[in-house]
Amino acid sequence: MSTIVDTRTTASRIAGVCAVLLLAAAIVAPVFVGRGVIQDLFFILTMLTLAQFWNLLAGYGGLVSVGQHAFVGIGAYTLFGAGLLLGLDPVAALLLCGVVAVVIAVPTAFFAFRLQGAYFAIGTWVVAEVVRLSVAQWQALGGGSGTSLPPTARDFAGTAWVARVLDVRDAAARDIVTYWLALALAVATCAGVYALLRSKRGLALAAVRDNVAAAQAVGVDAQRMKWLVFLIAAFGTGIAGGLIYLQKGRISPDAAFSVTDWTAFVIFIVVIGGIGTIEGPIIGVLVFFALQSLLADYGSTYLIVLGALGVVIMLFAPRGLWGLFAARTGIHLFPVRRRLRRTVPRNTQPPGETHG
Amino acid sequence: MMWVDTVVQGILLGGLYALFAAGLSLVFGIMRLVNLAHGDLIVLAAYVILLVVSVLGINPFLAAAIAMPVMFAFGWLLQRVVLNRVLGEDILPPLLVTFGLSIVVQNVLLEGFTADSQRIGAGSLETASVAIGPLTLGVMPLLTFASAIAVIVGLNQLFYRTALGRAFRAVSDDPVTASLMGIKPASVFATATGIAMVVVTIAALYLGMRSNFDPTIGPARLIYAFEAVIIGGLGSLWGTLAGGIVIGVAQTVGAAINPEWQILSGHVAFLIVLLIRPRGLFPRSHD
Repeated sequence: MSTIVDTRTTASRIAGVCAVLLLAAAIVAPVFVGRGVIQDLFFILTMLTLAQFWNLLAGYGGLVSVGQHAFVGIGAYTLFGAGLLLGLDPVAALLLCGVVAVVIAVPTAFFAFRLQGAYFAIGTWVVAEVVRLSVAQWQALGGGSGTSLPPTARDFAGTAWVARVLDVRDAAARDIVTYWLALALAVATCAGVYALLRSKRGLALAAVRDNVAAAQAVGVDAQRMKWLVFLIAAFGTGIAGGLIYLQKGRISPDAAFSVTDWTAFVIFIVVIGGIGTIEGPIIGVLVFFALQSLLADYGSTYLIVLGALGVVIMLFAPRGLWGLFAARTGIHLFPVRRRLRRTVPRNTQPPGETHG
Repeated sequence: MMWVDTVVQGILLGGLYALFAAGLSLVFGIMRLVNLAHGDLIVLAAYVILLVVSVLGINPFLAAAIAMPVMFAFGWLLQRVVLNRVLGEDILPPLLVTFGLSIVVQNVLLEGFTADSQRIGAGSLETASVAIGPLTLGVMPLLTFASAIAVIVGLNQLFYRTALGRAFRAVSDDPVTASLMGIKPASVFATATGIAMVVVTIAALYLGMRSNFDPTIGPARLIYAFEAVIIGGLGSLWGTLAGGIVIGVAQTVGAAINPEWQILSGHVAFLIVLLIRPRGLFPRSHD
């Protein structure tokens, strides 16, 4: 008799099959649904990406940043800069958006990590303000009033092909290409975060989150884990920012560095769905989209409801909607917890890999 | 001469930032709570004063005196009903709850008062000035600075000379032991937040009389307050005043070079201090 360490559950296998089916449906969706639905899906997917990265930061890394809009804005401005000033194809420039975000994230982390605990949060906000005010001085990209992507930069890779094959107009073809990119980004993000959390590094991360001193005592370099998470989140957030503004086609410092759109909404998505779980942001973004569809016409009332919901959930169900569900049912779609299973050996079976 | 004038204006502006920061510093010092809604609560207090002024048609200083107990009660209730529930080792709940509160306050004000800019009229006081040597200083900035000093002296007296101040220091050091000595931390925290809201009301009075305000300017005030606290060093109110002055001088000097650099130079000054003295100019030995 031997034991193996396993993270899989029945629910996770079923979820895996459903995810593959859903993904297949999402890929072919542009053939069947209209442009409005594609734009909504694009919005959901990009918000999901931002939420997963914020969740990685705050929920797993213990780094509560309220300055992630800095990286959305940096990504967006890199995309426009690369398109307008360097003449790069915007799709190719997306990777550059992530790289530039990481380059800016290094000094940001250097400053913000000097601030302890809660003050880290406002520190990231200050850096975001500095970046926004600096970008607003950049006259080549429209200064404070912003600029648009010129028509030449809008026919990026794949749009002509999509327009021909699906027989849609150029504008719709652009939406479809950006939608596919958003789908790829969101899937890569969810899968990447899941893979990270299941790895040895993920275990170290969870240890640092739960108890820094104990984690350090068993040899985890807490500071290095924080850097790792911060830079990964900046990279992904930068790419998402570039993609969002590739789809919008128009940029201004106030919109691209909006704390409400790119930080507040993202935080509420994670908190409502369930912080510290991969399922949480997925549930959260669906609730968020439903609320927005219902209340978007009421402007500030919508934000009051969203803010109050965030406060109430934090007070009475700090693990969010998914946390409530998982506690009742024990179901985990993306299990990261290692469980010890006993097996009856048919032949001599080597013990499973044990990180945990 | 122009530079001396610029620097003096900056120092006086620092008084306003110290007023913004004092409430934040007080709450953090006593219960390690960073209130992300602090800036929005300053704006809320400004609207309360504005409402009193326009309904009763009285002097803004009198109106602030009426607004103070209202804001005290609001702060007391906020702490008692909401914030006391989220205090603890984990920094995530208080940050997210106060962030949610910030969004709620901003949008309630937008709903109630629209996005139009407002101002609390102070009559002839707005333009009055006195000549000190070769400098001409506005009465309003001088009054702001004097109020900042008065608030800091008052808070220090409260902290070190009264039974309430002793309770503040006790729960700050160790709430469990303090409660064994017959102090109720929950109610001490509520009183502290109430007092912080009184300070916030004083800050709001000057904010509203000196410049236009609208419901969206809260987060920027939070950031100035935070920068002043960090530059000064956590836990020192006089340090907070120094921090406010650093930001104020950096802003007026920056603005004198290029008007678009005003806000940016304040933030850059903060980052430079953080780089050179990560624990602030006047750090305490603990925290």
